[in-house]
Formats: sequence, C-alpha cells, structure tokens
Amino acid sequence: MAPPPSPPRRHALSTRLWHWVNFACLAILFMSGLNISNAHPHLYWGEWGFDPRTAWLTLPEFPGWATIPGYYSLAEARLWHFLAAWPFALGLAIYLVVALWRGYLRDFILRRDELRWSTIVADLRQHLKFDFAAHHGRFNLLQKYLYIAVLFVGLPLMILTGLTLSPAMGTAWPWLLDVFGGRQSARSIHFIVSWGLFAFFVLHVLAVLFSGPIGQIRDMITGGRKPAETTS
Amino acid sequence: MIGRRLALGALMTGFLGACSKVAASGPGANLLGAVERWNEAAHRLITSRTALAREFDRSDISPTFRGNGNTRPDAFDYAMQEASGFAGWRLAVTGLVERPLSLSLDQLKAMPQRSQITRHDCVEGWSAIGEWTGPQLGPILRLAGLKPEAKFIVFRCADNFRGTPYYESIDLVDAFHPQTIVAHRLNGEPLPIKNGAPLRMRIERQLGYKHAKYVTGIEAVASLADIGKGKGGYWEDSAGYQWYAGI
Repeated sequence: MAPPPSPPRRHALSTRLWHWVNFACLAILFMSGLNISNAHPHLYWGEWGFDPRTAWLTLPEFPGWATIPGYYSLAEARLWHFLAAWPFALGLAIYLVVALWRGYLRDFILRRDELRWSTIVADLRQHLKFDFAAHHGRFNLLQKYLYIAVLFVGLPLMILTGLTLSPAMGTAWPWLLDVFGGRQSARSIHFIVSWGLFAFFVLHVLAVLFSGPIGQIRDMITGGRKPAETTS
Repeated sequence: MIGRRLALGALMTGFLGACSKVAASGPGANLLGAVERWNEAAHRLITSRTALAREFDRSDISPTFRGNGNTRPDAFDYAMQEASGFAGWRLAVTGLVERPLSLSLDQLKAMPQRSQITRHDCVEGWSAIGEWTGPQLGPILRLAGLKPEAKFIVFRCADNFRGTPYYESIDLVDAFHPQTIVAHRLNGEPLPIKNGAPLRMRIERQLGYKHAKYVTGIEAVASLADIGKGKGGYWEDSAGYQWYAGI
C-alpha cells in the first residue's frame, strides 16, 4: 500500500499544541496558587470564613522551591496566576470546540460494558500489573475515566470556582456563588480540585514512564504515526 | 531514583529561574502588568457600570467582622478624636472640585443613607459579611461638583504603616456606583475602631484593601502619578498589589 501524502498522526496538531500550552499554564497556576495559599492557608465552607479556628482544613506553608515566585509575594503570585489563567481558560474552550467539531471526543464515549463495576475492577487490576496493552479503541478504561474526569469536570471546575473568587465576577454572574454554595466553598473546591489535577499529573507521568517515555514524548511533540487498528 | 530526583530538581530550578527572568525583563513585566488591564476590561465588558454586588440577609451576617491591616491608628490626633467620640472629625472633599467641602459626621448622617449587607473579600482569601450604613459617595461628589478633568477619586486616611500614610483610589465608575458609600455604621452600631472608625469606604466590587479606613479626605484628581509613589494606593506602592482589585 502506497503511503498517503500526509500520514495520519497519532496526535492531532491541536491536541499537541493544547497539551503543551496547558502543561505550562497548569504548572504556573499550581505553583503560583501554592504561593497564594500561603497568604491565608485556611479553608472554610459557605460564603464567609476568616477565623483559622473555624477552618475545616489548615494547610502547611508551601516552601519557596514549590511556589512561583520562589519567595512569598501574594501580589506577584496573583499576577502569574492571572497571566496563566487566560490562556488556560481560552485554550480549554478552544480545544473542546475543536475536539467536538472534529470528532475526537468520540474516543471518550463509554461503552455499556465499560460502565460495569466488574469491568472497571478488571481494568484496575490490569493497570496494577503494569499491563497497558489490552484495550478497545484508542484509550483503555482507566484512561477514559481519568480523561473524562479531567477534561469535563476538573479543568472546567478550576475555571468556574476561580471566577467565583472574584468580587467583580460575583456581581456579573452571582449564580456561580449559588452553584458552589458561596465564595469560601468555591475556594475550598478550587483547592481540592487543584490537588486532584496534581494527582492526575503524577499518574499521567508514571503511565508515560512505564509505556516507553521517549516514544510517548516524541509523539506528543511531532504527532507520531497513527498505530494500526487495535479495535477488536 | 536519585538521578530522577536531581533531574526533577534541575527542571524545577530552571523553570523558576525562567519565571523570574520573564518577570524581571521589560516585556515580561509589561505582560504581567497587562494582565491586570485584561481582567478589568473583561469585567467591564460583562457587567454594567451599576451592576450591584450581592446583598445578603441579616441571618447571613458573620458573628464578628475581622479587622485587618491597621486596626488602630497610632497618631495622637486620632486618640484625641477617639476620646471625644469623634465629635470633631471632618471629611474634607478637595482637589478638582468646584466647591471644596469639609463635612462633619452629623452632616454626613443627615444625608440620605444607604444600608447594605455585603461580603468583604480580603486579597488574602478570607471573607466576612456585615451590614454597612452611610451616605453614597456619588451625591457627595455632586455636591462638591467634579471638574471635567477629574478622573480618579483618592481617599486620604488617618492611619499609616511605619510613617507612610495609607491611601487608596478608584475610578469614576466605582465612585458613582450605588453601593460605594462612606460607611459610619457596621451591623447597626457605630463603626468599631478595628474596622475603620469613624468613616470607611465601601467599594463593594473590589477586594478589601480598596476599602480605605479612617477616612479624612476625598480628593478628586486627574492622574495618580503624583500621589504617594504613583501606583494609586499604599499596598500598590509598597508591595505591588494590583490597582484594579476586582479579582
């Protein structure tokens, strides 16, 4: 069979661009967010909360090597946070539109048997044995669940809870405050989900390390070749 | 494992180094400064000039209202004022106005009053809810008559940080916003000292440091460049906080 003029890529250009822009944005958002957390490291539920004695969680002080900038500055950390928040939010919106338009989101559709508990447990067992090979379609089950959770729940929640923290946005879209049960609840959710995304990042990097990291990273940069049909 | 950790450490150091380089470079600093303007432009785009911050019910009021920053001005004058129950306190309205004013607390209380139960959001992250009462800033400015070249309203305060007086400023959109009031009561009582007695500003669509406490003067100006260090407020001048604090 003669090779087509442009071989089908494993990762579309829009996916690759978004992946790396998103990586830079999330790294800056997370690390500047830890600096912001140091300003008042106490979390509350509801609209108000200001007394550390009534906090449901008090956080440790995050060290300079984990924060942006590398020393405590709430003012500068906020600027970094907003600088990364714009391309992060716009990038997610554009990616979701492009992915929907070009049909990439079909890869995430769960089949009926994939909703069954026994299938999920079997897939988890397989992962714990570092066996990533057997799966139907593009993604294996754990990947599907994780990517759905990150793309459609985690990342949008970060943007929406982040907006809820802004007093001007509370004026523009007060319904956001109702959705999250108040500003301090939104702040708690913002923090919890950010660590959820960090946990995803750790799993994601581990999965890459155990599945041929050089090839994986190369393909996410150059696009790679679409593998032969693996669906059963 | 050690190699991986070293590599991760080197990567982090490189990343942090790159970030501080970006922040220190001219274009990098401009980019960081531009973000503040994007935020403001986006907020202005999606909210009307008079859109109100949410007002709550009495049952939502927090049991106490935290005092932050300066909680008692250390000037001798202030102690004298406190001893007399702030009977001699004056609010000066000066700068680019047709009729400079000097208002007593009684005169301010005789004006039409607005009460609003709002949430106060500190830049640090905490929030408190209280009921504020006082005259709106807009009618005071109309009484004094703003000159056409006035673009900002500066608030002069009785407190200072190690000798540097506190001040703040807002644009005319927020100055004439219906919820921008000169508050003299909190939760139905005269303003406590820790919350800014006898007068403090309420700028409800922005963060706490914009809500100047212990207000002695309102000044209309064309530019903020000649005031303090030129950034429009004490925290803006001294620690780089954003002048637009709607986020």
